[in-house]
Amino acid sequence: MPRGHHDIGGLPGAGKIDQTEHELSDWEILADAVNQALGARGIKRTDEMRRAREEMDSATYRDMTYYERWIASIEAILIEKNILTKEEIDRKLAEFESKWGEP
Amino acid sequence: MSDGHDTRETPQDHGHEHPKHELSYYAKRIYAIRDLLLEKGVITDKDIQSQVEYQEARSPANGAKLVARAWIDPAFKARFIGDPKAACAEMGIDAASINEFVVLENTEKVRHMVVCTLCSCYPRPILGRPPDWYKSFNYRQRAVNDPRGVMREFGLVLPDDVAVRIHDSTADIRYLVLPLRPKGTEGLSETQLAKLVTRDSMIGVMDALPALPPS
Amino acid sequence: MNLQAGKFKAGDRVTVKFEDRPGHIRTPWYIRGKTGWIERVYGDFLNPESLAFGRDGLPKRTLYLVAFNQSDVWPKAVGSKDKILVDIYEHWLIPAA
Repeated sequence: MPRGHHDIGGLPGAGKIDQTEHELSDWEILADAVNQALGARGIKRTDEMRRAREEMDSATYRDMTYYERWIASIEAILIEKNILTKEEIDRKLAEFESKWGEP
Repeated sequence: MSDGHDTRETPQDHGHEHPKHELSYYAKRIYAIRDLLLEKGVITDKDIQSQVEYQEARSPANGAKLVARAWIDPAFKARFIGDPKAACAEMGIDAASINEFVVLENTEKVRHMVVCTLCSCYPRPILGRPPDWYKSFNYRQRAVNDPRGVMREFGLVLPDDVAVRIHDSTADIRYLVLPLRPKGTEGLSETQLAKLVTRDSMIGVMDALPALPPS
Repeated sequence: MNLQAGKFKAGDRVTVKFEDRPGHIRTPWYIRGKTGWIERVYGDFLNPESLAFGRDGLPKRTLYLVAFNQSDVWPKAVGSKDKILVDIYEHWLIPAA
């Protein structure tokens, strides 16, 4: 079993720490709040979310931003628990996109 | 929100707003997930809003108040170190959701630093959300094998006779560093002292700010 | 704070098991196989390895604050007097030889 992509303490190659901070976007605040709300309702545990992030594809893990990883793990756990399906999320997203317009 | 395209508006217009069609794949998906969860009654609007408010009420100012009180009042300091959750309750700070809370006291000869190498565990109920750098791969990788190098980047250069204790927060314990009270602050009020206590000094990558110059 | 005694007490020298089994593990890779000492006994907690898969986390496991000399963990830390402290569950620890 190889070392997990999250298990990075002491790995070489790390650079200077970027101390800039960014104001959270609306979608990040929402991801944070949905995550906490699901926990408060006893629907998922933090340990399940961490495990979902550990199970992600490693290249994707490194490329995603912090809250993108949270959203991916929220989705994975909700699907795993049969609360939502990928198809209905895709459908709902398509509805939004037709209202939001093309990039 | 001004564009009004969401089928359901949640009054949490607190963040930086992007036009929705410019959001990344996952950023868009959280809106879809939110709407579906609300439609199915899995969570409510009120659940989400109360979490937003809970988070907004938490900031490093809470930690600074606790530290300033500990600097001024030795009996409070003993309570803060001995039973941090109870000490928080005394000061009206709600630490109830922390499973176990441990305060690490810095001294002239010892400095503590905290990291979560595996993810981003942080005393959120006291300090609010962690800064981006705390969650970064570079910090998580280097804090454990180069804590002094990390401290130098934050402006803290420690002599050899000061020992560093780096904590990797891997389980339910949440750690807060009690920074050393800066020299020459004997005349300052609790409020003035709190201004010297930065968030980063409570993570341990730097000391508290030096005494304010006389005004 | 739950002060139920586990197998180890403060001061005991312990070695972290080197296992690389799958699952949700909270014992970091870099500390596996290293020897240190028990600094503090934190008490019993639900097992995250079980909780991560929707199970009940029982039986609870005793959690310890384990301290190590940096010089025993990192080859380049020769001569360092610094310490590294990690929260480790009892089932990952064996008495040091």
